[in-house]
Amino acid sequence: MKNMSRRKLVMTGFAATAGLAGAGVAVRLAERYGLIPPDHGGLYGPGETLTYAAQRLLTSHSLAREFPRSMISKDPFANATAPANALFKQHQANGFQEWRLMIDGMVAHPMSLSLADLKAFPVRNQITEVACEEGWSYIAEWIGTPLAEVLHVAGVLPQARYIAYFSIDKDWWDSIDMADALHPQTLLTLGMNDGDLPVPFGGPLRLRVPRQLGYKSVKYVTHLTVTDSMKNFGKGLGSASPEGGYAWYAGI
Amino acid sequence: MTHWLTVVCFVLLLVTGAEIVISHPRFYWGEVGNVMTRPLFTLPIPASRDTVPTGYHFVMPDQNGWSRYLHFQAAWLAVLTGLFYGVSSLWNGHFRRDLLPARADRTVRAFWNVIASYVRRVPAGDADAHSYNPVQRVAYLSVILVLFPLVIWTGLAMSPAFTSAVPVAASALGGRQSARTIHFFVSGALLLFVVVHVAMVMVSGFKSRMRAMVTGRGVVDKERV
Repeated sequence: MKNMSRRKLVMTGFAATAGLAGAGVAVRLAERYGLIPPDHGGLYGPGETLTYAAQRLLTSHSLAREFPRSMISKDPFANATAPANALFKQHQANGFQEWRLMIDGMVAHPMSLSLADLKAFPVRNQITEVACEEGWSYIAEWIGTPLAEVLHVAGVLPQARYIAYFSIDKDWWDSIDMADALHPQTLLTLGMNDGDLPVPFGGPLRLRVPRQLGYKSVKYVTHLTVTDSMKNFGKGLGSASPEGGYAWYAGI
Repeated sequence: MTHWLTVVCFVLLLVTGAEIVISHPRFYWGEVGNVMTRPLFTLPIPASRDTVPTGYHFVMPDQNGWSRYLHFQAAWLAVLTGLFYGVSSLWNGHFRRDLLPARADRTVRAFWNVIASYVRRVPAGDADAHSYNPVQRVAYLSVILVLFPLVIWTGLAMSPAFTSAVPVAASALGGRQSARTIHFFVSGALLLFVVVHVAMVMVSGFKSRMRAMVTGRGVVDKERV
């Protein structure tokens, strides 16, 4: 009996050591392959990291579901009217003639684009669903310039890992990893259902990220920054969402 | 061990799931649904968001953020626990020995006998202290093989990233909103199972059952024999 328990103890020791070493290696590998989200710390970090890592391994190149034209929602729900922001109102009165999208950070050619400049890029349209974290959803056609096209022209440096994007609404900013940033369905959206993108839906410019929940698709975008780390943005959690208690990765 | 981990997960999933539902207590069928479309049904509770017309002039506190974080974390723990339980039950014969109804018990009469003895409140015999009867076996198997897989599937069908990789997960259910509605009902079925399950344990002697579950030894109570 005594021998058995000693053997058991030794074996358990080995197993524990192997387990810890394995976990250490797993963390190093996960960091190397970009499987750790910026909000990996804290009480809910383990679940969040598992979700993000699993989704990245499973879905890094998959396309969000697209729908036939007949399924476009007749009466989509906007969930907002317009930012109560003097600067925005000024742009709106002006027909968004002066709206600029600034692109800076880790790019070879920082630039500032007008809406007309953006429309000169190749345009893509897609019929995808907006799903809100609350549970509701609608389908619309979205028309815009793939973010990847703009990033290509700006010349993203090889060490880039995230694109941070900012709304004219000061408290609304977010970020996505390069898998989503270079994804063909991630659109700098200028139009919706054959018209200009209406203000309640984020007009004049919304970054649509259809493989994530609605709150990642920031409205009224004015600024993109390419970066290798989210540590120096806000509280370093990747976006305003985790600061308000919501997950940075909203693929689920 | 896996049983108690599952209990912890179930409570967490149930509470956070309810919190998430409160942000939009309307249910739909098909792919899309929002306040501009007709719901399948609406829960008669106030919502935690002022954009949802509920008829109440009251907006509940919004707890969606941490509820979502915790819901998914508990789901991971539940799935990993379930995998461990599933593999080890197949491995050590628990599944074959204790869960699959014995060949002789796969008759209507065998089930009828158990139900009749429940109704007549026949005290549990010696055999019941060590083994599950056919009705228990079928109830446990339907939870393990039907409700758990269905609740996981419908949960994943609501993930825009997961359905980008596996579109059929949502389309086979009739769409995202159908998946959400089924997820709600399966959770209800699981809650019903837990209520009946706990009630049965209470009736059969809470103390001795708990002792048996913790020590792993079947106990026949003195007062019962």
